[in-house]
Amino acid sequence: MSDVAALPNGWQLIVGLEVHVELATKTKMFSASANRFGDEPNTNIDPVTLGLPGALPVLNQHAIELAMRIGLALNCKVQPCTFHRKNYFYPDLPKAYQITQYDHPLNVDGHLMLPGDVRIGIERAHLEEDTGKSTHFGGSSGRIHGSDYSLIDFNRAGVPLVEIVSRPDIRTSEQARQYVAELRSILLAVGASDAKMEEGSMRCDVNVSVHKPGTPFGTRCEIKNVNSIRSVGRAIDYESRRQVDLIESGGTIRQETRHWDDSTGRTETLRTKEDADDYRYFLEPDLVPLIPDPEWIEAVRAALPILPAARRLALAELCGVDKDGESALVVVERGQDDYVGAVISAGGDPRRSIIYVQQAFAEQGATPKVPAKDLAALTILERDAKVTSTQAKTLLTDLIDAGGGDVLAMAAKRGFETLDTSAVEEMVDAAIAAEPGAWQKYCNGEDKALGALVGAVMKSSKGKADGKVITALLQSKKNS
Amino acid sequence: MQKLVEIASGVSNGSLSASAVVEQHLARIDVRESEIHAFNLVTADQARLDAAKVDADVKSGKKVGALAGVPIAVKDNMCTRGVETTCSSKILQGWKPPYDATVVTKLRAAGAIIIGKTNLDEFAMGSSTENSAFGPTKNPHDISRVPGGSSGGSAAAVAAGFAAASLGSDTGGSIRQPAALCGVVGVKPTYGVVSRYGLVAFASSLDQIGPFTCDVRDAATLLEVISGHDPLDSTSIPQPAPSLVSVLEHGVAGMRIGRVTDLPEGCEADVLERLESAFDALRNAGATIVDIKLPSIQYCLTAYYLIAPAEASSNLARYDGVRYGNRVDAADLNSMYAATREAGFGEEVKRRIMLGTYALSAGYYDAYYGKALKVRRLISDDFARAYQSVDTILTPTSPSVAFEFGSKTDNPLAMYLCDVFTIPTNLAGHPAMSVPFGTGAHSMPVGVQVLAPTLGEQAMFKVAAELERAS
Repeated sequence: MSDVAALPNGWQLIVGLEVHVELATKTKMFSASANRFGDEPNTNIDPVTLGLPGALPVLNQHAIELAMRIGLALNCKVQPCTFHRKNYFYPDLPKAYQITQYDHPLNVDGHLMLPGDVRIGIERAHLEEDTGKSTHFGGSSGRIHGSDYSLIDFNRAGVPLVEIVSRPDIRTSEQARQYVAELRSILLAVGASDAKMEEGSMRCDVNVSVHKPGTPFGTRCEIKNVNSIRSVGRAIDYESRRQVDLIESGGTIRQETRHWDDSTGRTETLRTKEDADDYRYFLEPDLVPLIPDPEWIEAVRAALPILPAARRLALAELCGVDKDGESALVVVERGQDDYVGAVISAGGDPRRSIIYVQQAFAEQGATPKVPAKDLAALTILERDAKVTSTQAKTLLTDLIDAGGGDVLAMAAKRGFETLDTSAVEEMVDAAIAAEPGAWQKYCNGEDKALGALVGAVMKSSKGKADGKVITALLQSKKNS
Repeated sequence: MQKLVEIASGVSNGSLSASAVVEQHLARIDVRESEIHAFNLVTADQARLDAAKVDADVKSGKKVGALAGVPIAVKDNMCTRGVETTCSSKILQGWKPPYDATVVTKLRAAGAIIIGKTNLDEFAMGSSTENSAFGPTKNPHDISRVPGGSSGGSAAAVAAGFAAASLGSDTGGSIRQPAALCGVVGVKPTYGVVSRYGLVAFASSLDQIGPFTCDVRDAATLLEVISGHDPLDSTSIPQPAPSLVSVLEHGVAGMRIGRVTDLPEGCEADVLERLESAFDALRNAGATIVDIKLPSIQYCLTAYYLIAPAEASSNLARYDGVRYGNRVDAADLNSMYAATREAGFGEEVKRRIMLGTYALSAGYYDAYYGKALKVRRLISDDFARAYQSVDTILTPTSPSVAFEFGSKTDNPLAMYLCDVFTIPTNLAGHPAMSVPFGTGAHSMPVGVQVLAPTLGEQAMFKVAAELERAS
């Protein structure tokens, strides 16, 4: 996946993200019904979920705690807060209002760091309840207008949500993708959500505008139905180009909500500001203010796990790799950083340890079967040129297949002799003598000639000499 | 009329049969219900079954509750499992809740017999029951006059002897005003003392359930049963129910009773005369009467008619024809909503939904709803100041005795003024109760209202009991 070219003519992209995540609670936000994805429709319901007359909401303590974990992991201030009603009519909104947080949210003023130490502000992360899920049948749009009939599953109604609102600090579609990916790994790390975009337990609304630096931000459009990290990038790229093209052809941007169509790769108008609802927010009289005890906040903070960014930094320093690089990212994402640490503690070569795990342990989970000491032994074998890197890869596969073992014995079984440097040096000298033309070119600075010399040594060693050792020997002979 | 406490003690000790008690009440219903229309539904069969079970329990020596065998009527805006709960609205006609309100659960656990669901102004919006979709309730003292509202059915059921007691709900006076007009006792407890779980919401921050009874002791007994913390209601006060029966004989010697000198005008002379007699009675019993001012009281009616409709506009939005209740089919979703709500709601409900929707709308919020919330704080401050120098306050319950049908229906503002003395306590969340204190014009009953600060029910009941002894 590649970014489209930067916006033309000095246009600057401005993006803010609103991410909804379903919390991994046992029960719903305001009732005792199960919070579980994939159950038979309309089985996890009760008077509160259905908004039956007379039913009243009661706050789920675990939902508050998970929301606090999110806030604290995003460096937010956790504060006393209130709940409001957001009023609008829709068949999957049983009470015709959503209980949400308005002017006093639980978490405010945080931030999240992206690769390259880019800081994205978090305006707020507030608690609210999910709606039911509508499925529309008939008609062409898949939406309620024009459909023949609609079915509603209220299992999702009242599922606790946290909405995480970023500041408009994102400047490229790549940063937007990184933001969503980083947010997701934080949510998983703190156990607040399973954050599955494909199941809708993590959903992104993207606010996009364009402007010329030094001028006020342009009018923004909100894009909905963006259901994967890849779509976040594609939707932003499409929408920003649409806005620039429109402005440059003399048009103006209307503030509106737009629908992302993943199959066509386009956004289209869903509703304009003029026909947007007036939500008539007011304080929810059925709930009392939520004032988290400072001791509770501190206990939640103290129990937070080490977050992905800190783990990547620690791992990168341990292994001597880039903290924003692929290996640190992937290994921490898989939760294998402790394992890499154990390999290094067992004497493993730091750099090779992380690379081996990154490349070969994708299916191994957080606690690979291969004992750390065995993998450590393999990294040393390669580092000391006892085996070639190609041979090391073969042995790594053997080690994984066998679930560990003595790598020296495995090398012997494969017939991987260990050639010492003096044997290789003899072969190098022989190759120089056999290929004088190539040697001359190499000495004249034509690096292309190196291949022929290395190839000759590899051939005479039957592949047992290490390419890096051969290159090093040739280099030193050239310089001597 | 049989008192609640007499029935309960008689049934418990076996000297009274619950079945016989229920039959007596059903017989009275048979005779007069067709002219009174206190009920939307009389649950005679279930009441007979429940009474037989209470009698069997007594016979077999099982411990029975504090309300054993007491026939109680429940306002038709409280959920009763499997029994139609309509709020006297066409939109909910036929709806049977799958659960009991907490108060209903408590009544059943105490051995009470639910004898029927009583009529009300639709969704508790009104002061006469003339807004019921199923026709008004008549005042048992004079059937040409209203019983008050919105809990008019509950007040009339007790006044007519159809039930030994009943439950109503009070958002701006809907228990106290009909109690005064029907000559019975009616109590609005402190907000949060009685669970609202299962009470169909009108204005959630103001609604509170309370009892109607023939006398103060019955009211104290019933209130003790239905109050107490409920984990299903987040606004329920996390404290045990206050003991009330124990204070009824304490008298009022040494108590300070407030007389509001800046009370809104427009009260009938007979009503004011009865209020003065009440002050005299309390003074004679050893209380001190202290003049107080509640300057913000003049803004309360206006504030109430912004706050209550605002909350109602949100609370009643769920009646959209999608999940339950009546639906009027139409070509598309928005037309279905409109047709359903047009057919399902009466005029007053529509008026308040419109008022409340405007009050909360962008551009109007600060000028209307926001300002009303400020008045709410001001009246609470006024009360707090007053209660530094008095223990309770005495006012009329209603500016007039029961009026004739149709006399206020053309003028909503005149109807709203019925609640001018009752609304301030709802705004403040305080307890207040109406006690019968003689009669006024047309020999109709007059009630006086006892007000107390938050959780001041004991002081309130002491004064109420004294007034009852003096009347």
